[in-house]
Amino acid sequence: MKSLNTHARSLVLALVLLLLPLVLQPFGNAWIRIVDMALIYVLLALGLNIVVGFAGLLDLGFVAFFAIGAYAYAFLASPQLLESWGWLQQHFPDGLHTPWWLVMPISIVLTGIFGVLLGAPTLKLRGDYLAIVTLGFGEIIRVFMNNLDQPLNITNGPKGIGAIDPIQIAGHSLAKKLDWMGLEFKSVTLYYYLFLCTVILAVVICHRLQHSRIGRAWMAIREDEVAAQAMGLNTRNLKLLAFSLGATFGGVAGSFFAAFQQFISPESFGLMESVMVVAMVVLGGAGHLPGVILGALLLAILPEALRYVATPLQDLSGGRIDAAILRQLLIALTMVLAMLWRPQGLWPKHPQGVKT
Amino acid sequence: MDTLVQQIINGLVLGSLYALVALGYTMVYGIINLINFAHGEVLMVGAMTCWSVMTFLAENVPQLAPAWAFAMGLIAAAFVCVLLNVAIEKLAYRPLRNAPKLAPLITAIGVSILLQTLAMIIFKPNYKSFPNPMPSAPMNILGAVITPTQVMILITTACLLLILMWVIHRTRLGRAMRATSENEQMASLMGIQPDRVISATFAIGAVLASVAGVMWAANFGTVHHAMGFLPGLKAFTAAVLGGIGNLPGAVLGGLCLGLIESVGSGYLGPLTGGVLGSQYSDIFAFLVLIGMLTLRPSGLLGERVAHRA
Repeated sequence: MKSLNTHARSLVLALVLLLLPLVLQPFGNAWIRIVDMALIYVLLALGLNIVVGFAGLLDLGFVAFFAIGAYAYAFLASPQLLESWGWLQQHFPDGLHTPWWLVMPISIVLTGIFGVLLGAPTLKLRGDYLAIVTLGFGEIIRVFMNNLDQPLNITNGPKGIGAIDPIQIAGHSLAKKLDWMGLEFKSVTLYYYLFLCTVILAVVICHRLQHSRIGRAWMAIREDEVAAQAMGLNTRNLKLLAFSLGATFGGVAGSFFAAFQQFISPESFGLMESVMVVAMVVLGGAGHLPGVILGALLLAILPEALRYVATPLQDLSGGRIDAAILRQLLIALTMVLAMLWRPQGLWPKHPQGVKT
Repeated sequence: MDTLVQQIINGLVLGSLYALVALGYTMVYGIINLINFAHGEVLMVGAMTCWSVMTFLAENVPQLAPAWAFAMGLIAAAFVCVLLNVAIEKLAYRPLRNAPKLAPLITAIGVSILLQTLAMIIFKPNYKSFPNPMPSAPMNILGAVITPTQVMILITTACLLLILMWVIHRTRLGRAMRATSENEQMASLMGIQPDRVISATFAIGAVLASVAGVMWAANFGTVHHAMGFLPGLKAFTAAVLGGIGNLPGAVLGGLCLGLIESVGSGYLGPLTGGVLGSQYSDIFAFLVLIGMLTLRPSGLLGERVAHRA
């Protein structure tokens, strides 16, 4: 009886997820766009969850991988590189339009390597030191993004990179709407389905990882590193693996983000974003996948919903409180209050088996 | 040669400000093993308070000399910062003292962002010019220039350091602090109240940070809501560089970091043929931090905290 119940529940959930954008469509693109961004944040939170939730390593520079993924896609699928390097133009007379299925593996490998690069010098560090070093790493990447427009224009500096190719699937660009079986699918809706598929894939990967030998090893490291080492675990390699696997999620999310927005600038990759992803993981319940997803959705969608509250508030406060500030306030309060009142998160794992 | 002397002077000034903030980090870390992430924000609140008091006095009591307004602003800043830092410790860190290590760290980051956001709401997010009461005519030393503000910073830092050393080594409170940092349980058996000592530590750190904030604002001429973030981060780097938990180490680390940054960014452009300019100066601190933690996690002067790193 119980299993029938869960099946019914999964079916309802699947239907809701499938129909959600079609229901939202008549209300305009804005809401679907918000949901799309929320899915990207879920992807980021799932990636960070591997590092923070599973392996217990606090990473405050996670957005760096998001940035690397985004810039990798932007370089390979926009006029940016050809404009600064004339000699490349001869090789690509039609412009640089790398298809997304080719960029994704590149982005994954690249962020994986950067994950190891960040992990290697920080292996000996624990807790708070690690947090500061990763934060520094994020800042270094941002400073480079901001300043690599001279002497050779690579990243176009603070102005950012525009005219990035949208994702094309089977010859159809996701930036255009699609009519199929009498139904109209807007661009944001198409992206929704793509992101949803990716998130589901990510959840499956995370779930399998968590219950694998590696996942159990990470949790052993999280609970007690010395004991884990004594049990014969290679903590060095396992930590590096956590860093680089988590980083690849960030890279994929970044590449999707670049394609979805068709424009990126260093502004999107500040420290606040890193902190926000940490807040998502912590709020939901680090190490517990449904909790992490809940946390990401809450923190991604709630501030947008608050926008409607923000307008009257903005008039009341003489323009001091706007949606962005409200969002920041919410994130800060979440982090403090969640830790004080519910340090295990809103939807923590049942304390059976592994002690959390 | 002139540039070198100039960069050294700038580096010492910058470094002494880092040192003041780094002392706050290092004292707190020495006692409760926590990185007080909000410490940089305390610096910002100090500068903001001083700015508010000075603007208020300039508007309402115009006959008051600017130097007096500055002094009153400084005292108000120290007062507000002490209250703030003690309150932060009571509300955000104390309940989590026995929680897993990540918990207080995450609240600390939350408090830091909270303070920044509140400051942005209260003071609006624009840059405000800071009225500097010191004469602006620079003095010449060995072909380099030093402003009276910079001289004031060096003298103030030196005085504060002497007072701090006296407090730590010659007073009852200082002895209690050293005992608590050595072994909290044992100290409490000897009749020391650790909670009080911890509050006092946060208060002393706040005074140093508020003075550093006001000096920072006077030196660079502006205040804004995010001004505490980078100095805070670099001061933490300085504390690690000198050996966290070690007071002379924090001062040494601060001065070294200031010199590295100033001299480094001054010569980066010419050395690399203009490829990398002074806009990369912020990276130095992080590279020093990463290098230091990898090669010598106990810092220049520290030896007792290696196992904690």
